[in-house]
Amino acid sequence: MSAASPRAGAEDPRLVPRKRRGAELWLLLLATVVGVGAYIAVGLGFDGEIPTDTPRLAGGIVGMALIAHVAIRRLAPYADPVLLPIVVALNGLGLAMIHRIDLSLEADGSPVGPFAGNQLIWTALGVASFIAVLLVVRDHRRLQAFTYTFGFLALVLLLLPLIPGLGVNILGAQIWIRVGPFSFQPGEVAKICLVVFFAGYLVVKRDALALAGRRFLGIDLPRGRDLGPILVAWLLSLGVLVFQRDLGSSLLFFGLFLVMLYVATERPGWLVVGGLLFAAGAYFSFLTFSHVQARVDGWLDPFSNSEEYYQIIQAMYGMAYGGLLGRGLGQGDPSMTPFSYSDFILTSLGEELGLAGIMAILMMYALLVERGLRTALVCRDAFGKLIATGLAVSFALQVFVVAGGVTRLIPLTGLTTPFMSQGGSSMVANWAIAALLLRISDQTRRPAPEVRPLEADDATQVVKMR
Amino acid sequence: MNRPIRVMAIGCLLLFVALMLNVNYLQYISADELNARNDNRRVLVEEYSRERGPIVVAGEPIASSEPVDDEYEYLRTYEDPGMYSNLTGFYSFTFGSTDLENSQNGILSGSDPQLFVSRVVDLVSSDQPSGGSVELTIDPDAQQAAVDGFAALAEGSRGAAVALDPETGAVLAMVSTPPYNTNQLASHDFEEVDDFYQRLLESEASPLVDRSREERYAPGSTFKLVTAAAALSDEDLDLSPDSQIESGSALSFPDGGSYVLTNQSDDVCGAQEITFTQAVAASCNTAFGRLALAVGPEDLAEQAEAFGFGDNSYLDSLQVAPSQFTSGDPAELDSPETAQSGIGQFDVAATPLQMAMITATIANDGTVMRPFIVSQVRSPDAEVLDRTQPETLYDDAVSGDVAEDLSEMMVATVEDGTAASLAIDEVSVGGKTGTAQRGDDDNPYAWIVGMAPADDPQVAVAVFIEDAGGTARDDIAGGALAGPIAKAVMQAVINP
Repeated sequence: MSAASPRAGAEDPRLVPRKRRGAELWLLLLATVVGVGAYIAVGLGFDGEIPTDTPRLAGGIVGMALIAHVAIRRLAPYADPVLLPIVVALNGLGLAMIHRIDLSLEADGSPVGPFAGNQLIWTALGVASFIAVLLVVRDHRRLQAFTYTFGFLALVLLLLPLIPGLGVNILGAQIWIRVGPFSFQPGEVAKICLVVFFAGYLVVKRDALALAGRRFLGIDLPRGRDLGPILVAWLLSLGVLVFQRDLGSSLLFFGLFLVMLYVATERPGWLVVGGLLFAAGAYFSFLTFSHVQARVDGWLDPFSNSEEYYQIIQAMYGMAYGGLLGRGLGQGDPSMTPFSYSDFILTSLGEELGLAGIMAILMMYALLVERGLRTALVCRDAFGKLIATGLAVSFALQVFVVAGGVTRLIPLTGLTTPFMSQGGSSMVANWAIAALLLRISDQTRRPAPEVRPLEADDATQVVKMR
Repeated sequence: MNRPIRVMAIGCLLLFVALMLNVNYLQYISADELNARNDNRRVLVEEYSRERGPIVVAGEPIASSEPVDDEYEYLRTYEDPGMYSNLTGFYSFTFGSTDLENSQNGILSGSDPQLFVSRVVDLVSSDQPSGGSVELTIDPDAQQAAVDGFAALAEGSRGAAVALDPETGAVLAMVSTPPYNTNQLASHDFEEVDDFYQRLLESEASPLVDRSREERYAPGSTFKLVTAAAALSDEDLDLSPDSQIESGSALSFPDGGSYVLTNQSDDVCGAQEITFTQAVAASCNTAFGRLALAVGPEDLAEQAEAFGFGDNSYLDSLQVAPSQFTSGDPAELDSPETAQSGIGQFDVAATPLQMAMITATIANDGTVMRPFIVSQVRSPDAEVLDRTQPETLYDDAVSGDVAEDLSEMMVATVEDGTAASLAIDEVSVGGKTGTAQRGDDDNPYAWIVGMAPADDPQVAVAVFIEDAGGTARDDIAGGALAGPIAKAVMQAVINP
């Protein structure tokens, strides 16, 4: 900006609004090349020929990416240009990998699968939910009005799988519901509702919760009577653990609440309190639940019982077998690992794309989180900041828990790998999260509405009541 | 609120850094360790699905990989397991590999550093790495002669034969009987493999053991060659083949109580004094008992070691059991034990390979050559990567003169003694028989060693029969049973 410009923030050149939609389109093109290229590589690696339905699939992926892109141009023109390409690249890679596992499962005559066809449909539904969120939520601040509705919704969604006749128990975890032929994991959607609820609640209560209590070891610990909400969240996540036996979600929900509480109050003391509660809960569940003990034992020494910990051992073997550059898509044996298409899709990718590939994938997730947190930083309202932080951190926690679990960094817990794991609810929910982040970033980067400077004779100010 | 968001950003960064470090650890640092674990099916299948190089005898593959239409792509196939099972060993998915399949795995599978260049080429052309070939020193005619010889014995016979080229140490024949069907272990029908392997393990004949090198047995009178070598080398005794030595029909011991050492036959040995050559030719126990006592157990042990006793590392690519003179300290042996040791009884135990090496050493002027079975290895495109050079294992196990004396006495043993069954028309052959007693209920071991032609030896052979099936105890003698086998092997080498 030149000095000749009279108003428009000469002191703050940052605020020059740029849409960057062209950049997004280019990145999107690269992202679709990743997905379609992976699909072709799978065909070449497995059958030695390019799959005949490549044009159809390429058309589908490029088409969906373009639809999402056009939706952003129309509905959120100032949104972050990097988020959508990352999501499309991850989604495309996931699809190719699931298709690759399908081929192996089919060759082995496995009773499960194929999954890729459904996953493509779920991707389409994910894009639909993405557009729907952009359409419906024209301003994220509106959501604040529905704070407790979202809280209630989250609770209902979490309780649904416990309703007899509706909930189904799959592999010991009571986190699915089945309606007709469809099964759905309501916890994935509950995650979004919880973030909105936490954000709305904390925006209102943050001052009270930020009141310092006792100072101990240089940290301001909160007052005892303010412990209520955190205790509720703690009990809720313990409830998820006890009644649904879902270690991963329990960890995710509590971590999410803790982080948002800390961001809202700016009091590290909450992290200390939360950390202690987490430790207590973890120790309690280790003592009480045999399935938690098994997870910990399998983490500390999987080779102590190669039958019981077969899955994690196979995952490690797969990663080692992949080595630096991987076996090449279609040329490893990822299907040896049970659930190589869902929870263990990262180790499948690690086996076939190698360390190089897995580092790139982790980098994409890190970038996703970084763009989310950047949106939170520049967001102008506390509610938006909290939602963006919550959603970004939920990606980070989820990737850490699932990737750390399957690579034996931490004990194995079941969580989906965002945008990659086979499974519909996760796909739809994560696309919706991406849309919410884009909505907030659009709001944030959009040029400030024209404010007419006050005329001298117009000095009477109107105090606006909210 | 920006400060905590920045803190969270750092926190998330740390989480991702931890994930990235961990995958680096998993896929780079600990990858080799994980890949080497023996329950890692991925690596096993991959190795198992490679085209393995052949094992070659005289230009013909005896083990090769045949393409098949299943998950494993190649089936390891053995041309004639009845002839070579003890050498090739087997290559099984479930039970791993043994013998040459095991020791030469690097070359055969293509992972050996010597094959680095061809692996790089494979990588660039994205071909599966293929294996090099391993060529053996085995003379198929000699091997066949030994196998046929054992087949001619009674059903259920067990034994071994080894033939060496005395000048180089090359193994010309190495047979262990009964053999086993290596094809059945390499099969892709794993249930059947499992079944068959169990049967082999439980079999009383233990076919998985190579009797020619992995087991040791009392060598009996063939060990008299070692005692003779020690006596001839002993300057105080000052003996030559023509020297008169004491014999007699019985040898009793001052510290042996009622124990008396006797001869198999007193026709020659019963005389009070006979020549050294006569003692060897007639295999006189009493004469050799006295010689052993005269030499002393320590010098006997030293002589045995000079021939390779106690060593288990000399064969290039196969496991060998070390032969032993005595299980304890030789100085502790009392005189009956010393005398018994001198005739290859008591604690003396040797592999047929070791006895062939002793014979080869005598044929090679006293120098022990290192035995070897791999003559050369080639890359997949037939380029020679490594050729085994003959190598001296021990210099002067005996002096050249002593070797010549021993050789002369062995010839006399064939011409006019117990090893007459080795005689070949118009060729001078040397030999020595052995019949080792093992308690009253078990059949004795039958041994024979031989070399031909004695004036310019081309082959040294040892044949050992552990059990000749139904053959009656009294009919078992080295000369009669083992002789024809050793003779056939020698003939196969010298008259190709």
